[in-house]
Amino acid sequence: MTQDTTYDIAIIGGGIMGCATALRVAKGGMSAIVLDQGDLGQGASGVNAGTLSLQIKRVKLMPYALKGHHLWEEMGAAVGFAKTGGYTLAFNAREAEMLQERQTLKAEAGAPIEFISSDRLRAAEPNLTQKVEAASFCPEDGYANSSLTGQYYRGRLRDNGIPYREGCKVTAIERANGFTLTAPQGKIHAKRILLAAGAWLKPLAALLDVDLPVNARVNTVSVTERVQPLLSSVIGHATGLLTMKQKANGTVLIGGGWQGLGTPQDGRGTVNTDTVKPNLALAQYAVPGLGQARVTRSWTGFEANVPDFYPLAGALPAVPDAYVLGCVRGGYTIGPYIGLLMGDLILEREPEMPLFDPGRDFEKETI
Amino acid sequence: MSDSFDIAVVGAGPAGGHAALTAAKSGLRVVILDEQAAAGGQVWRCKSTSIVSAPMTPESLAGNTLRKALGESAVTHHHDTRVWDIRREDDQWQLQILKNAESSQIHARSLILATGAREHVQPVPGWTTPGVIGLAGATALFKQSLTLPGKRTVVSGTGPLVFYVASEIRRLGGTVAAVVTPNTRTDWARALPAMALQPKLVARGALWVADLMLAGTPILWGHAVSRVSGHDHATGVATRNLAHGTDGPSIEADSVCLGHGLTPNIEAAQILGVPIRHDPALGGWVPNAEPDGLTAVEGLYLCGDGCGIRGVTAAGLQGTLVGARIARDLGKSSPKPSERPWQRAARFGQAMTALSLPRPDLVALSTDDTILCRCESLTRADITAEIDTGAASTNAVKSGRRACMGPCGGKYCQSVIASLIADQTGNDAKDIPPPTPRPPLRPIPLGQAAGAFDYDDLPIPKPAPL
Repeated sequence: MTQDTTYDIAIIGGGIMGCATALRVAKGGMSAIVLDQGDLGQGASGVNAGTLSLQIKRVKLMPYALKGHHLWEEMGAAVGFAKTGGYTLAFNAREAEMLQERQTLKAEAGAPIEFISSDRLRAAEPNLTQKVEAASFCPEDGYANSSLTGQYYRGRLRDNGIPYREGCKVTAIERANGFTLTAPQGKIHAKRILLAAGAWLKPLAALLDVDLPVNARVNTVSVTERVQPLLSSVIGHATGLLTMKQKANGTVLIGGGWQGLGTPQDGRGTVNTDTVKPNLALAQYAVPGLGQARVTRSWTGFEANVPDFYPLAGALPAVPDAYVLGCVRGGYTIGPYIGLLMGDLILEREPEMPLFDPGRDFEKETI
Repeated sequence: MSDSFDIAVVGAGPAGGHAALTAAKSGLRVVILDEQAAAGGQVWRCKSTSIVSAPMTPESLAGNTLRKALGESAVTHHHDTRVWDIRREDDQWQLQILKNAESSQIHARSLILATGAREHVQPVPGWTTPGVIGLAGATALFKQSLTLPGKRTVVSGTGPLVFYVASEIRRLGGTVAAVVTPNTRTDWARALPAMALQPKLVARGALWVADLMLAGTPILWGHAVSRVSGHDHATGVATRNLAHGTDGPSIEADSVCLGHGLTPNIEAAQILGVPIRHDPALGGWVPNAEPDGLTAVEGLYLCGDGCGIRGVTAAGLQGTLVGARIARDLGKSSPKPSERPWQRAARFGQAMTALSLPRPDLVALSTDDTILCRCESLTRADITAEIDTGAASTNAVKSGRRACMGPCGGKYCQSVIASLIADQTGNDAKDIPPPTPRPPLRPIPLGQAAGAFDYDDLPIPKPAPL
């Protein structure tokens, strides 16, 4: 491809959603290029805890999460997929009540969640604490290895002949006969653009004078060295503030959305010891044997959201031929599927499920 | 335990030790935090307390002087202490430390990182065989416990350390099968002008070489160990004549000391936001710092080999410069020492570093099945395959293959991986930065990081929206 090529679409942001959309539109006959300011799949797509749990998905996003789950299962070993089943735990009466209320709604929304006895829990996970008040189980739950995201999509894009550029930060977007993007490597021309830059959506949309009300959470994940088998399934907490799984290699990954410091504009986030400590404490409370395991790394990733915590997925307000996709709570699970829907929208096909209008009133219940 | 100080110093080697002493003299409250049982760092490592009497060496003398001075000073010294996290909050540094299996915090207005250096070993087939240790690792054995690496040792590597190690092995009663050094006598001749700055050190080095020659120990100049043989334990080495590209002699040995220079420990400075640059003459990637330790991060100062390999003399002198600077910055009157002695010492140190620079002919000695990442048992073929599929950064190789994700956090393999990426992608070494460093600064047991807690007191935030 030469400098003068005009692509049918330029996708800014090479995470799961950007890459999944690129694959879909390319399959539909469009020429696409994927641009990322860093490496592919190194933002939230590559640094999240990899939990694929229906038990922590939003009720109204459950149909999307169920579809996403199937796609991860199809991707299989290439993304480190494992369907282990998952237990969500409550340690006191208040949490048990919360568990009952929340998981009932999620089960009604289609997730195969059931409440289980402590005997059954103990038989399945003997290293868990005895102090469990109530527990729910979902056989569909599991995890994938988020650090393989970049490797996986790099291969998929290459196999499908879709060009990508890494270290390619778009600094200006001009509108005239489509779009002209300015990047350090030169200009890129495209008839359409998709903004899929995760936590960096706000400054990106600002290049088109569009104000997207995007905020970023700074989620923290920690991992231990390889230890003896302690867990065989994904473990969660009634509040959602713990996710834990032991990988096949013996390392234990601990997350749950505890907040670090920093903003996307500063570059990268930093770990806040004051929140890592209670996150680790919660993990140790659930699995007392973890106390001896050495923590080798903690890190953060930016999870983008808008005030109503539902996705941005559709046409960018007031800019013809520009689209936006992001802010999907549970975006790791749902990402591959919502990328397909977005691709269909761009191909002017009817998406299988409704998308989420980025021009909606975020203060009102409109979803 | 939570304690507040004017200055916290991380690392009690020559740089950190002198920085602490100088700052304390001006009346500031200084705490020095160090992983070892006694001050001295790697270079002036203290003898184990189980050794009652042993002949003094220049290193043990210098170390004793520093230890005595620190002991007599007002500096608070936390030994056997691991600093695992550092953060700046409300104009204060907050350090998480682990001592006697208990976690606690230290607060300080200013922070000096004197984190020193680690050894670089260029992998060759068999380098992970038991019986092979680093050159610098061997010096730790001598200094701390008067222990030998084996009965009959091949000592191989670059720079002056190879002669020091060989001579110490002989002094402690071991046998040196051979000294194998990629440096030639011409390399050394090139270093002569800078060496003239430190005549005492040069005289000492000459004695090491003379001792080996008198003992009839073979010295293979311009050679490298190209393979370590042995399955469960080293049985010997194959060598390569680097100038001629031919095989050199094979040598039988039950132990091998292997080392190719030092690399600054920059992770703590990096995590705290100090910009880094690639400067091979200083040992690779180094954080940007002024001679008096000043960095772009408020209240953070660096000194010693952690900001560039300039050697022990320069490290101590820089510690003094930084201690005086920080005292002035905190409002004390502290005379400004001249930078000249540091500059002279640094010139000598850098000439020694130059002898240890990574060389393409050494990199070429690894083979497809040579282990590069020890923690994750990844071979060169594993890494090159990942680069072939488009991973063009150390972070991408880390994500895709787990290289640098083991307990060492990439400290031992990242530079080797970066050089392979540079080679395969045709990029410059300066365009391939190290992978993003992550806390904790050292692996620590989860229970000790979490600390004691009551479940009901955990500050569990509001759950996510339904």
